[in-house]
Amino acid sequence: MAMVVLKVALYILLAPVLGGLMEGLDRVVSARMQGRQGPPLLQPFYDVYKLLAKQTTVVNSIQILFVIAYLIFTIFTGSLFFGGGDMLLVFFALSMSEVMMVLAAYSTNGPYSALGANRELLQMMCYEPMILLVAIGFYEANGSFMVSELAAAQNPAVFKIPGMLIGFIFILTIKFRKSPFDMSTSHHAHQEMVKGLTSDISGSNLAFYEIAEWYDQVLMMGIVAMFFISKNPVSIVVAIVMCVIFYLMETLIDNVFPRVKYITMLISSWVVILVTAGTNLLILSVLN
Amino acid sequence: MKISKSPWVLHYDGSSCNGCDIEVLATMTPLYDVERFGIINTGNPKHADILLLTGGINAQTAPVVRQLYNQMPDPKVVIACGICSCDGGIFKECYNILGGSDKVVPVDVYVPGCAVRPEALIDGVVKALAILEEKRVKVKESMKQGYCTVDYSKIAVRMKAEDYDPATQYDEVLTEEALREQAEAKIAQTAKPAPKPAPKPVAPAAAPKEGGNA
Amino acid sequence: MTLLNLKAAVTFLILFPFVMAVIMYLIRNASLLRNLVAVVGGFSIMATAIMVGVKVLGLKGTTHNTFFTETVLADHVIMGGEVLLMCIVIFLSIKYKKYYAILLSALGTIPVLWMDLSGRAVEGAAHVRVDYLSAVMILIVGIVGILICIYACGYMKDYHNHHTEVGDRSNYFLALLFVFIGAMFGLIVSDNLGWIYFFWEITSVCSFLLIGYTRTEEAVNNSFRALWMNLLGGCGFAFGLMYCNIHFEIGTLSKLTTIIPRKDMLVMIPVTLFAFAALTKSAQFPFSRWLLGAMVAPTPSSALLHSATMVKIGVYMLIRLSPMLYGTFTGVMITVIGGFTFFAASLLAITVSDGKKVLAYSTISNLGLITACAGTGTTEGVWAATMLILFHAVSKSLLFQTVGDIENCMHSRDIEDMHGLIIKLPRLAFIMIIGICGMFMAPFGMLVSKWAALKSFVDSNSVWLVLFLVFGSGSTLFYWAKWLGKICTVIHQSYELEDITPKSEMISLVPLTCMIIIMCFAFPWMSNTMIQPILNEAFHKNIPNVIGGSDVVIMMIMVGMIFAIPIGSRFLAIGKKNKMTMSYVAGVNAGDDRHFIDSFGKERALYMSNWYMTEYFGEDKLLMPSIAISAVIVVVMLIIVIGGAI
Repeated sequence: MAMVVLKVALYILLAPVLGGLMEGLDRVVSARMQGRQGPPLLQPFYDVYKLLAKQTTVVNSIQILFVIAYLIFTIFTGSLFFGGGDMLLVFFALSMSEVMMVLAAYSTNGPYSALGANRELLQMMCYEPMILLVAIGFYEANGSFMVSELAAAQNPAVFKIPGMLIGFIFILTIKFRKSPFDMSTSHHAHQEMVKGLTSDISGSNLAFYEIAEWYDQVLMMGIVAMFFISKNPVSIVVAIVMCVIFYLMETLIDNVFPRVKYITMLISSWVVILVTAGTNLLILSVLN
Repeated sequence: MKISKSPWVLHYDGSSCNGCDIEVLATMTPLYDVERFGIINTGNPKHADILLLTGGINAQTAPVVRQLYNQMPDPKVVIACGICSCDGGIFKECYNILGGSDKVVPVDVYVPGCAVRPEALIDGVVKALAILEEKRVKVKESMKQGYCTVDYSKIAVRMKAEDYDPATQYDEVLTEEALREQAEAKIAQTAKPAPKPAPKPVAPAAAPKEGGNA
Repeated sequence: MTLLNLKAAVTFLILFPFVMAVIMYLIRNASLLRNLVAVVGGFSIMATAIMVGVKVLGLKGTTHNTFFTETVLADHVIMGGEVLLMCIVIFLSIKYKKYYAILLSALGTIPVLWMDLSGRAVEGAAHVRVDYLSAVMILIVGIVGILICIYACGYMKDYHNHHTEVGDRSNYFLALLFVFIGAMFGLIVSDNLGWIYFFWEITSVCSFLLIGYTRTEEAVNNSFRALWMNLLGGCGFAFGLMYCNIHFEIGTLSKLTTIIPRKDMLVMIPVTLFAFAALTKSAQFPFSRWLLGAMVAPTPSSALLHSATMVKIGVYMLIRLSPMLYGTFTGVMITVIGGFTFFAASLLAITVSDGKKVLAYSTISNLGLITACAGTGTTEGVWAATMLILFHAVSKSLLFQTVGDIENCMHSRDIEDMHGLIIKLPRLAFIMIIGICGMFMAPFGMLVSKWAALKSFVDSNSVWLVLFLVFGSGSTLFYWAKWLGKICTVIHQSYELEDITPKSEMISLVPLTCMIIIMCFAFPWMSNTMIQPILNEAFHKNIPNVIGGSDVVIMMIMVGMIFAIPIGSRFLAIGKKNKMTMSYVAGVNAGDDRHFIDSFGKERALYMSNWYMTEYFGEDKLLMPSIAISAVIVVVMLIIVIGGAI
């Protein structure tokens, strides 16, 4: 019990640091790929500090409520995962926190926010099946939904569910809102939708959103790490290395591909999920 | 940590010939790479700290600039880029040009040039950062007094050349209570004759308590 | 309460609604008297239902509450009733020149009558049996169904104030609702197949009459569509019933389910026929269109058909048959149809903006899930199916009633018109938000049951179902969340509309809202006291808790958080000091966030519609192919099972 509390506390304290560093790394690497020097590594922290220091403008009083709910539920979801909770419950909590963010955008009644909200919902519709399938994949591979038990598995799950990993990496691009799937809001200057989801969020509200995104990124990388972790302590090193590789791969994809239309995203993600994860599941069920 | 480490910029083209705009965009390219200083071109006033204006202001763009300025959260600074934005430039005498950006919003830094050089522009932004830091202290004080600046009533006024009175071009400072009263009065005016009894006429909003962030 | 009392209470539950129907018919005009009678009568039925439910669920072990072994008089009444129903159908079919209905009605009724009259029907067993599943269903019908009836009293008055073109026959309408409730109680407690068939046909005809209430051309067409589909199912049921009686010499459902299919494959013929009938009643593809058409009727009838009664009969039947479906071809086909319906209907629900239609598709979709769960024939499947029935009944009836009230207040039930409902009609909006959250959000009942369903599918190794479920939940999330978003939009300078929802409707809405919230907390208890006995009885074995202890604690925390955050924000004054601005419209707002100034300097209205993606999932693109695919599956199922047996 004490271990669980410690793990959760560590996640709550360290995840924003780690998430901020990851984002900083992403921005530096992106800049280098484009032949620029790029911002300092700690730039995301400067940004959030500034946002917290600024005045907050809101469109209505319930907007901030939804953003705070988003932050709290994201932290809750991550704590559930790193505390070793039930994988399916983690994902249900995750989709709930996302809905909170979408509602924050809807509540503003702004055209760009509403556009972002609809697109964000579509993105959720794209990755929701895969996220549930990942949980089922772990269950089929190692016989449990509990993260704590999965982390102590005999063999890394990736041996049994490589298809799931591919599918998950694919939807990770959607989840991180990287190009070609940066529909709802973007790190780049896509001005036709301004900032989409976050258009009408400002000041400390925006800072909360950014911090929630950091927690979310760490959670997602934690799930990637789950594919490689087993009883063997060496596997933790492998998992960390793989996380870094996949994260940098996302940065590369972000810089290489132009944005696609939403229907392309929907079709391609569902097809990829069906082909990789679906086939994987089918084979596993035949083997069992 | 200073907040000036992450200045986010909103760029608006008043009525420029696009020369300055090209130069503004040039600062983002790998050659000048302003992201080194954490500068991001956001395109969204609600995220921006610095309003970069190019070109003179005309009757059509004036309310837009006003509105963008009002939607930016405090502290904020305005930079006029290029001579047209500073005082109207060669278009100054045109029938539709009101003049430089300072006819509509309070400008903090003037960066002359036709077109403005990227180096000058970056220099102007650095100057603006110092002002930003000063303003932040002021905002903090005013927040302590329990006031929030409000632009509910002045947000989209249609402007003509003669409407510009420098005395009224800044936000009033209102309490939230006054804001609500204003909104209710407006609703009472615009509401359709609803079946229920009309709400009592609300007294006009409280008078401005102190000067804005001029 | 002794067995005798239970018998009296059950008799009261079946007969008293019919008495109520007569009374309601006699009170012609909407008046305080009528409301009073409905409330008093309704609550006495509800109280009896709760009493019976609590009493039966309180029993330990298996139930032996069987009675009415000798029922000559009742059998004659039922025979008379069947003839009467056939006469009603024939009369109305001739009146509206829809002669095919006569054929279907006669095809189902006459052979059964012949069987009864010629003495081939098997008698001697108890006709009524109240076991745990019946008790749970009695609670659903007794609470949710009666609340809808009470709601209807207030609703119909407003309805006729707005729809002056429709003749006021609200006494007839209310009478039908009570008949429906009576028939439901009868069906749930009957064990004799002949009795079940009779009540089955009553619900078919009742729903037909309710849908056709307004007598417009559309209503008539839709009602006849509902009629022929349900009569077709009724025919299937009649043939299954005759086969049971004549071939197996079995007259009761409980005896049928004791046969082990592996020993006698022929038993799958009646089971398949009953399952087919269940598919029509539960509006699974390809029989979904009657439920979509059913929304032309006034809202209480939709609420009744969709939540507590009509569609639940089908899945109730499937749950009864569930132990026999395990591992059989029929079971596989039923799960495939259910899974497919869940997925296709949730895609279709994205594309419609009529609030009631979205609810209708969502009903079809959720019933698909229940059907699929029941079709697997595993204990976890039945657990999930029963839980889904419970939560769906409450949430869906609440949503239908709220949509009805919103329509009365705003004269529209389109989701796009619900833009900013939280400002316009805050009270109804909050109720609606709770209802919608109840349908798809994390700690609420529906999602918990879905979670159990997912686990049961994974355990039973049904990959296709898992895929249907995960993709279906993606689209389910989309259509609910965008509706929720529309409601939560805050529009500046909007004004509150007059909320004309009468007290009698709030009598129904408030308890249902409370039930959704309470059921979130109470579900582990419900699982133990309500669902576990059903499983014990149906499968004769104990199953471990489907959702374990620590998960329950975490979900309680989530529920707590959901309610704590809004309340906390009220006290902590979060965001009170923030500056108010307009939403960002590229700097051209015109005074509020609903207008902007265009390039000609004109003020224009601004409006953001939700996404419907009709060009990809539209009804014209998806509905017919789905029906065709599932029709093929149904035909294949019938041919293989029946043809294979012969």
